[in-house]
Amino acid sequence: MTKNAAIIGTGQTRHARRRDDVNQCELVNEAVVRALADAELHPQDIDAVVLTNMELFEGRALPDLWCAEGAAGYLKHCFKIATGGTSGTSGAMAGYYHAASGLFDTVLVVGFEKHSEGQTTGGMALTDPMWDRHVASAAIGNFALSISQYIAARGVTPEQAAKVAVKARRNACNNPYAHLQMPEITVSDVLRSDLLADPIHRLDMCPTSDGACALIYASEEKARKLSPRPAWVKAAVTRHDQPYIGDLENRLLTMRTLRDAARTAYQQVGIRDPLRELDVAEIYEPVTYAELAWYEALGFCPEGEAGRLIDEGMTEMTGLLPVNPSGGVLSTNPVGASGVIRTAEAALQIHGRGGKRQVPDVKTALVTGYGVYSWSDVMILSSEL
Amino acid sequence: MQKVAIIGVAQTKYEAAKTGQNIPEMVSGVVRDALRDAGITIQQIDNVVTASVDLWDGKTASNVYLTEVAGAVMKPEARVAGDGLLAASYAHLQILAGAYNTALVVAHCKGSEGAQMALTNWMFDPVYQQTLGLDYLSAAALQACCYLDTYGISPEQCARVVVKNRRNARRNPLAQAPAELTVEDVLNSRLLADPIHELDAAPVSDGACALILASEETARGRSPHPVWIRGVGSSVDAHYLGDRELADCQALTVAAQKAYRMAGLRDPRQELDLAEVSEAFSYQELLWTEGLGLCPRGQGGQLVEEGITARDGTLPVNPSGGMLAGNPLFVAGLTRLAEATLQVRGEAGERQIRNAQTALAHGTQGPGGQAHAVMIVGA
Repeated sequence: MTKNAAIIGTGQTRHARRRDDVNQCELVNEAVVRALADAELHPQDIDAVVLTNMELFEGRALPDLWCAEGAAGYLKHCFKIATGGTSGTSGAMAGYYHAASGLFDTVLVVGFEKHSEGQTTGGMALTDPMWDRHVASAAIGNFALSISQYIAARGVTPEQAAKVAVKARRNACNNPYAHLQMPEITVSDVLRSDLLADPIHRLDMCPTSDGACALIYASEEKARKLSPRPAWVKAAVTRHDQPYIGDLENRLLTMRTLRDAARTAYQQVGIRDPLRELDVAEIYEPVTYAELAWYEALGFCPEGEAGRLIDEGMTEMTGLLPVNPSGGVLSTNPVGASGVIRTAEAALQIHGRGGKRQVPDVKTALVTGYGVYSWSDVMILSSEL
Repeated sequence: MQKVAIIGVAQTKYEAAKTGQNIPEMVSGVVRDALRDAGITIQQIDNVVTASVDLWDGKTASNVYLTEVAGAVMKPEARVAGDGLLAASYAHLQILAGAYNTALVVAHCKGSEGAQMALTNWMFDPVYQQTLGLDYLSAAALQACCYLDTYGISPEQCARVVVKNRRNARRNPLAQAPAELTVEDVLNSRLLADPIHELDAAPVSDGACALILASEETARGRSPHPVWIRGVGSSVDAHYLGDRELADCQALTVAAQKAYRMAGLRDPRQELDLAEVSEAFSYQELLWTEGLGLCPRGQGGQLVEEGITARDGTLPVNPSGGMLAGNPLFVAGLTRLAEATLQVRGEAGERQIRNAQTALAHGTQGPGGQAHAVMIVGA
C-alpha cells in the first residue's frame, strides 16, 4: 500500500498560442511562483523538483538543466520525466511518489511546453524509422482512423462530438488561464470549421499551446500542517501499451489501458458507480470523440451510450458529473503540462479554489492522462484520507 | 524505512557502433539477461523505469518502442529523460513509497546514430550559451582549464587517469576500449580543445544496461545475491557556466553528502571499498573524487599519482574502466551502478576488487557536470 501524500498548492501560467514574452525557464517560473504563493511556501521550502516536458518539440536536449533554476531546483534533486502525452500525469504521479517515499517532505512538479518554438506535427511524426515513419500521420491522422472505427461501431454523431467542443470552450471562459475561450461557440461552428481529416474538424481537435503548470505535494504529516484542505492522492495507476498503431485493435472501442487503469483505481478507492460517486473529472481529451470514448472506458456509461451522456448534459457544469470545468485539453494544450494541468484543476476543485469554474462541494475528483497511441494514467484525488 | 535491493544486473558489450542491432533489440537483450540474473520472470515486474533522451534517439517519446521488450504492456512505465542513475533512484523511491515491489530499470543510447556535438550544444539555453557554440567538449575544456589552473593539477595527472582506466578495462570483457597506454600516448594524442586531448575524452559509444530492484520482502530469501541500496543523493547546479564555481562541483558535494548521511558513512574514503564514477573526460575523475569528498579540494591529482585509485590501491576508482573505456551518455550512470553491484556481489570477474562490501556509483548529466547523482550500495 502506497504511503500518503497530498497536493497542497497549484499554479499555472496564462496559456496561449505563443508566449513570446517569456522564455522556457521564465515560463516555468511563472507557474512556480503562483504555486508557491498558493501553498504559502518559499522556494527554500521545496525539497525536490520533478519537471515534465517533451524535449524534442522545442529541440532542447535536456531542458531541465536550464529550467531547474526557474523551478526552485538549484542544488536540489531535480530531474525530468517524459512519456509523450502522459508526461504531465507521469510527473504528477512522480511528485506523489517522491512525497510518499520518506526521502522528501515537499515536492514541486512542473510541466511545461512551448509548442510555438517547434514544429509539433513534424516532431510527432518522428516515429520508428523502419515501420512507422513513412505512414506516420501524427495525432490528427491516427485519430481520424480510430474515430471512424468508433463511429461505425457506436453510432455517435458529429453533432454529439461537436457538443464536447462547445462544452469545453464555453467552460474555458470560466478559466482565466485557458488558451481557447469561446463564449459564443455553437455546434454548427464546429461542424463548419475546416475538415482536417475526416471526420475531425479543426474545432474537434485540441490546440497547441505555450504554457506551464505546477503542483506542490507534501508528505502526510507535512500536508496536515501546511494545508487547510489537502487534496490527497487515493489512487495512481499507469498502463502503457504496444508501440505500433496497427497492433492496437479497435483502439478507441476497447481502450484497454484506460479501462484497466480506471477499474484498478476505482477498486482501490471503493468506487462502484463513478458517474455518481465522483464529484468532478478532469480528463485528457485530445479530440472531441475521444472524450466520448473515454466516458465508456471510464465506466461513466455503458458502451454505446456516450452520445446520450453528452446529449443529456450529464457532463456539463450543471450535470451529474461535470467533466473538464477547466475547458480541458481541447482548450489548453502545452503537452508536457497538459497532464499536470488536469491534476492541478482537480486539486483546485478539492481545495475549493476553482473560482468561476468551481463545482460545489467537491470531495472526490478523477484525473486522467492520455498519450502515445493508447497510454493511460488515472489518478483519484480526495478531500478525505 | 523500507529497504530496497538490486537483485539483477545486465549490460550489453559497449561498442563504437552496434550496427547489428536496433535499439529495441539492444534493450531486449539486457532485459532478458537481467531477469535471468535475478531469477524472476517479466510477469513478476511491477514497474518499469526507462532512461533515454528523444533527441539522441531521433524519436518522439523514445520509450515508446521499448514497451514490448521491457515488458511494459499494460503496466506502469516512466521515462527519465536523462542519466540512468536518476532512473534507478526514481525506481528506488517508488518502492520506498510502497507503490511497487519490483522494478526494471533500463537505460539505452546509441551515440553512433547522432551528432554528439550538435546534440550537446542543444543542452544549453538557446538565448545566451547555445548561440556561443558551446557543447560538451568546449564546456569541459573551460572547466578543465579552470580546475587545472585553480589547483595546479597537471595534464600528466589527467593522463594518468586515462592510462589507469583503459588498463582496468582490459579486465572487463564488456568494455569498448581496453588499451595499454602511456602518459605520453595521451599527451601526444590530437588536441581536441585545450587541455583535452583525444585520449582524455570518452569515446562515442552504443549500449544498454538494465537493473532489477526489489523491496526487502521480495528480495529476501528469493534473491541469491541481493545488494542493498544504502544511500542516494542528487543535486543540480546553476545552468550558466559563469554562475558556477567550475573547479569545485558543488552539486556533487551536496549529492554525495546526502547519500553518505543516508548510508551512515562518516568517512567515505575509509568506508568505501571502491567507486565507479562517470568521467566523460579524464580531468573529471580527479574533480569528481574531490567533489565526492574522497580527498581534499585540489588533491585529486595526487590521488591518481600515488596509486590510491588504482585497482590495487586503497580506494580503487573505476575498476571497470569507466566512461573513458566507453559507455554511452545516459547509460553511463546505470553502468556505474551495475558495476558497483557486481563488485559487492563478488562477481566482477577479473576486475573484482577483493572483499568489496561497500561501493559508490556516480552519474552525471549536463555540461561540465551540472547535475550529479550518487548511490551507495552494500552487501
